Amino acid sequence: MSLLDREASGVVMTPDNIRTKRLPVAVNLGVAVAGLAIAAAIVYGFGIGNYVLVAVLGVIFYLIGLQIVAGRIEGPRTALDRMWKTLIYAACLLAILPLASVVWTLVSKGVERLDGNFFSTSMNNIGARDPEGGAYHAIIGTLEQVGIATLIAVPLGVLGAIYLVEYGRGRFANTVRFFVDVMTGIPSIVAGLFILSFWVLIVSPWFNNGTPRFSGFAASLALTVLMLPTIVRSTEEMLRLVPGPLREGAYALGVPKWKTILQVVLPTALPGIVTGVMLAVARAAGETAPVLLVAGGAASINFNPFEGGQQSLALFVYQQAGDASRYAPARAWTAALTLVAIVLILTIAAKLLARRNSLSK
Amino acid sequence: MGDNPSSRSENATASDSGVTGRHTRGAGTGVSPSSHDEPPFGGGGALPKKTRFGMEAGFKGLSVAAGAMVLVIIVAIAIFLISKAVPAIRADNENFLTFNQWFPNETEPRFGIAVLAFGTVLTSIIALLVAVPIALGIALFLSHYAPKRLATPLGFVIDLLAAVPSVVFGLWGRDVFMEPVREFSGWLNKYFSWIPIFGGDGPFGRSVLLGSLVLAIMVLPIVTSLSREVFRQTPGMNEEAALALGATKWEMIRTAVLPYGKPGVIAAVMLGLGRALGETIALAMTLGIVFNISFNIIENGGNSIAANIANAFGEANETGRGALIASGLVLFAITLVVNMAARAIIYRRREFRDSAA
Repeated sequence: MSLLDREASGVVMTPDNIRTKRLPVAVNLGVAVAGLAIAAAIVYGFGIGNYVLVAVLGVIFYLIGLQIVAGRIEGPRTALDRMWKTLIYAACLLAILPLASVVWTLVSKGVERLDGNFFSTSMNNIGARDPEGGAYHAIIGTLEQVGIATLIAVPLGVLGAIYLVEYGRGRFANTVRFFVDVMTGIPSIVAGLFILSFWVLIVSPWFNNGTPRFSGFAASLALTVLMLPTIVRSTEEMLRLVPGPLREGAYALGVPKWKTILQVVLPTALPGIVTGVMLAVARAAGETAPVLLVAGGAASINFNPFEGGQQSLALFVYQQAGDASRYAPARAWTAALTLVAIVLILTIAAKLLARRNSLSK
Repeated sequence: MGDNPSSRSENATASDSGVTGRHTRGAGTGVSPSSHDEPPFGGGGALPKKTRFGMEAGFKGLSVAAGAMVLVIIVAIAIFLISKAVPAIRADNENFLTFNQWFPNETEPRFGIAVLAFGTVLTSIIALLVAVPIALGIALFLSHYAPKRLATPLGFVIDLLAAVPSVVFGLWGRDVFMEPVREFSGWLNKYFSWIPIFGGDGPFGRSVLLGSLVLAIMVLPIVTSLSREVFRQTPGMNEEAALALGATKWEMIRTAVLPYGKPGVIAAVMLGLGRALGETIALAMTLGIVFNISFNIIENGGNSIAANIANAFGEANETGRGALIASGLVLFAITLVVNMAARAIIYRRREFRDSAA
């Protein structure tokens, strides 16, 4: 009867009010305010720091106070649970601060030179006192280098993934799989050095009367080395998701294996493969180090990736950041904003495509 | 899934005795074998003859070659780096491994990797010490604490951050983050200068601390997204069993989630370490580039193999390039070992392999 009365008066029996002793929210807040107040008093009283130290000390005092108060009311185990929960939430906030700062600076400093001139001129004949100058040549360079790298890396990577999924058996396939994973972790600067020592210093002199030639194509080769393992990995995962009965259906109709792969397996996995390729392209577009070593970094517009130095957007940011001109930082930030916009648009498009992909669910 | 038996080609082989045509036939074209001397047995004539150089073999060969390409590239990296590094190391008038200066462009080249290797390891380790606890905290938040409506977009943002180019972080570190770090370094120096790593008389700012913190921010998303996947895979049974025994949420995480995810977390940390060791541009823009071995992390200074390559490449002559390539070879070897160890750990726990890569 008493139970019915309590339900009638609007109290529902949930785990929260069955449990007897809970720390009231007001007490929790009170401990937080007290912790902050003590921290502020100590810091400003002794003059040993500013608001950052107050916040840090405040959190520490809050944790200690919470441990004592909650330990009294709820018992030590629940108090420990509360402490870890607070720490985990604090870690999240702590990480968001610098990242928000990156985004804010990027936008606020990047819009300064976000004009038509920036996207239609190069740095040719731009001296230290000229406020103009733009990144047209760098955008051309990035597009061409990443485009060529994609043209080389996608067929190679997709074929490699087909080998791993459809044909690869035994030790050799496992070795390839292992080294694809290892290759994902090769530093980009090492890929740049590889192309420097292989293509620029050894192969390119054959075509260029014995002198090494820096070119956009060399940069594409370096980007290919970086894109290949990413594409193999993502394509492999997508091919594995293609249902076996689809293949068996094709075999039962008498379709040869290669035709089954090309006309049944690949089209089924295509959205996933495109997602992986777009992520790889986004990553390659942001690479600076390999381009710095092999592309030459010209100041003027150069459409030919095989001859003469080329610029890239990431390299442009790096060079402008190191430039002594007082107009250079604005150019660097606008180029960085452009680069991040390109990379993020590609990444977001890839992720949305992946979400719509029926296979990866 | 991809293990379909290649029984088709065996069938084709078995029917070879029946088909004596001199050329391949596609499936379905061989229904009227009237042009042959002998009719085939049963319906076997409808199957294509297995040929030695058909599309099948060609396609398979192509894909095997593409797969082998990865091994070829790794071996080629080692070979070409060694071929350019060895002449430079021969020309070196000091011990390449222990000398701590870098003058490869002089007529009497003298250079050594000691400072660079030390700086690389120091910055990476400090970065990981800062980043890993925070990354694990965020990963646990995303997998076990946050409501799903918050966890999905937050995880999406974390994944996006992994895609932001390192040059942007470098620029931010140099133009924005340096000031707070300089103030913080001054504060540390004022009150904690009795600890050797916070000693010195300045100037502060472009220090190991700044480089490591920027690096930590860059490594954070990688470690977070890998560990989140691992934590998420904890069997629900284990978690529910812990909760049913009366464990609080933290006790459940400590007894069920963390032990299960330990190998995956170790692998994630090592992959983050590999990324930190190879990071170039952000460090080239934030470190002070000084050639001395010092544990002082707040004074201007610091250097790393990759940052030195980016900085010194512009004015390097032939020996200088060789010396930089030699230092790159050392970096390649270090990252290769770290990555292989990480992958070996992941491979031992097969269930992580497909998601935590």
